[in-house]
Amino acid sequence: MTRDFLQDTRDSYDVVVIGSGLAGMTAANTLARAGHSVLLLEQHYKLGGLATWFRRPGGHIFDVSLHGFPVGMIKSCRRYWSAEIADRIVQLKHIRFDNPMFSLCTSFDRQDFTRLLVERFGIAPATVEAFFDHARAMSHYDDQQMSTRELFEQFFPGREDVVRLLMEPITYANGSTLEDPALSYGIVFSNFMSKGVYTFQGGTDKLIHLMSDELRRNGCDTRIRCPVERIEVRQGRVCGVRVHGRTIRTRAVVSNANLLGTIFHLVGEENLDPQYIGQARAVRLNNSSTQVYMALKPGEMIDEEACGDLLFTSTAPAFRTDLLLSREISSRTYSFYYPKTRPGHDRCLIVASTNARYGDWAGLPPEEYVRQKRELTESTLAAAEKYVPGIRDKIDWLDCATPVTFRRYTGHIDGASFGTKYEGLAVSRSLPQQIAGLYHAGSVGIIMSGWLGTVNYGVIAANEVDAFLMHGNSQLNPQSTTDP
Amino acid sequence: MTGAEIKEAVLDILSGIAPDEDLSHLKDEVAFREQLELDSMDFLDIVMELRKRYRVQIPEQDYPALSSMQSTVSYLEPLMKDIAKK
Repeated sequence: MTRDFLQDTRDSYDVVVIGSGLAGMTAANTLARAGHSVLLLEQHYKLGGLATWFRRPGGHIFDVSLHGFPVGMIKSCRRYWSAEIADRIVQLKHIRFDNPMFSLCTSFDRQDFTRLLVERFGIAPATVEAFFDHARAMSHYDDQQMSTRELFEQFFPGREDVVRLLMEPITYANGSTLEDPALSYGIVFSNFMSKGVYTFQGGTDKLIHLMSDELRRNGCDTRIRCPVERIEVRQGRVCGVRVHGRTIRTRAVVSNANLLGTIFHLVGEENLDPQYIGQARAVRLNNSSTQVYMALKPGEMIDEEACGDLLFTSTAPAFRTDLLLSREISSRTYSFYYPKTRPGHDRCLIVASTNARYGDWAGLPPEEYVRQKRELTESTLAAAEKYVPGIRDKIDWLDCATPVTFRRYTGHIDGASFGTKYEGLAVSRSLPQQIAGLYHAGSVGIIMSGWLGTVNYGVIAANEVDAFLMHGNSQLNPQSTTDP
Repeated sequence: MTGAEIKEAVLDILSGIAPDEDLSHLKDEVAFREQLELDSMDFLDIVMELRKRYRVQIPEQDYPALSSMQSTVSYLEPLMKDIAKK
C-alpha cells in the first residue's frame, strides 16, 4: 500500500499554501503566526523549492542556489523567521570577474564598485555617483519604457565593459537581460549591488530545516509529496484544493507554483475573465538553467585567493543576451563552496551555472540527451581547469542538471528557474480580483525573484490573505475562523 | 483612542520595526523616510501590526497616508476612535 501523505489532515483550513519555495514557506509562516490554520502542500519530497540541496555518495552535499543574496535577507529573516536564521547569514567577500575585457575581484558594494569604475574603468566619479543615485531612486511610478540597455547607454555610452560588470551578476541572480525594463534592473541593482553578497552558514539544508522547525512551532501543517491537482473555485471564490484525489476545503489559497502553471493548470481558463487570460498568455517565462556539480576529494582544497566565492566568467568578447542562452556556452558562473560554508565539514565543491533554454534539451532522444549532458560536463571541466589546475584528478563526484532536471523537480513549465518576466507581476498581483481568496507569490518579474524577492513577496501575499480572512470573518462568518 | 494614544501606538510599532533607530527626535510633520531608514517592507509591517493589534484594515491604495506621523495619525483617528487603548 502506498503511504497516505495526507494522513490526519483536517477537512478544512483557513489557508492552503501550494508550494514550499521560499515565498510559499514565508507566506505560510507569516499566516500561521497570525493565528490562521495553514496547510502547506509541497509536490516534491523536500521543502525549499529551488532553495535546495542534494547529497551524493562520499558525504558530498551540493547547494543549488545558495550563493548569494542581498543584505536585506538578514532583516527579512529576522522579522519573518527567527533570529537564529538571520544570525547565520554571512557575507561573501570575494566576488570575481574574468572575461576578455577585464579580470578583477570586488567586495560587491557601492564603495568598491565606485572605486573600480573610477580607477579601473576611468569613469568620472560624478557619473558613478549619479548612476547609483538614479538606480536607487527608481520606482514603479517611473516610465517603464526605458530598457536596461538604454539606462546604461545614458550613463556609460559605448562602454560595453562597464555594462558587463554591472549586468552579468544580475543576469546570474535572476535571468534578467538588457532588454528588460530599466526599472526592474534599478531596483534589483540597488538592493543587490550596494551592500555586498551574502550566504547562509550551514548550507541550504540547515536553512530549510530551521524554517521547517519554525513552521511546526507556529502550528503550520506541512505535507510533502502532495502535488495539488486543482484549485477549486465556486462562484468566483476559492473553496478548496484537490490533492491526491481528495478535496480539502479552504477560504484562501496562496499559490507558490509558477504563475502560468497556477493560472492554466490549477485554476483553468474557464474560471477566469477572457481579458485576464489574454494578459496571462502574454507573460513570458524566464529561461531555465544548467548546472554542473563538482565535488572534490576529501582533503583537496581550492585556492580561495584565486577563485573567490562567486566567479563570473566568459570567453565571449562582449556581453550579449543571446549568447547567454546559447548551447554554445561562453559564460559560466561558478559558486565555490569551501568548508566554511558548512562549519565542521571538510569538503570543497564547485557549482557551475549557465542560463539555458528548455527547448534545447527537452525532446532529445535519450542517448542524445545523455551525450549532451556528458559534453556539458566535459566542457565545464575544461573551462574550470583555468581556475582549479588539475581539476580532473581532484574530482570525487560529478553531476549535471539541465532544464529537464529543473522541470522534473520543480514542476515549473519549461523548467523556468527564474519564474516569469516583468509583465508577470501585474498578472500575479491581480489574481485576487479574478478569484476571491486566491493569491500568488513567487518569482515574477526580476524584483520578486531571488531569495530575498521571493521571501518578501511571500510576506506581501500573506498580508493580503490576513486582511481577506479578517474581512471575511467579520462580514460573512462571524462565528468561525476555520469553516469555509 | 485619542490622537496622542494612536501616536504612541504607532511609535511602539516603529520601535519594533526599526530597533536601532532613535525615535525620540522624530518630527511629526516630516516624512518617516526622510528621518528613518524605512523601506516598503517596513511600511507593510506597520500595516500588518496595526491589523494584528487593533484590527484596523488599511487598503493598499491608502498606504501613502502613512508617510509621516502627522498624516498617519489623522488617517487613523476616525478608524480607531472606538478602539480601546492597549
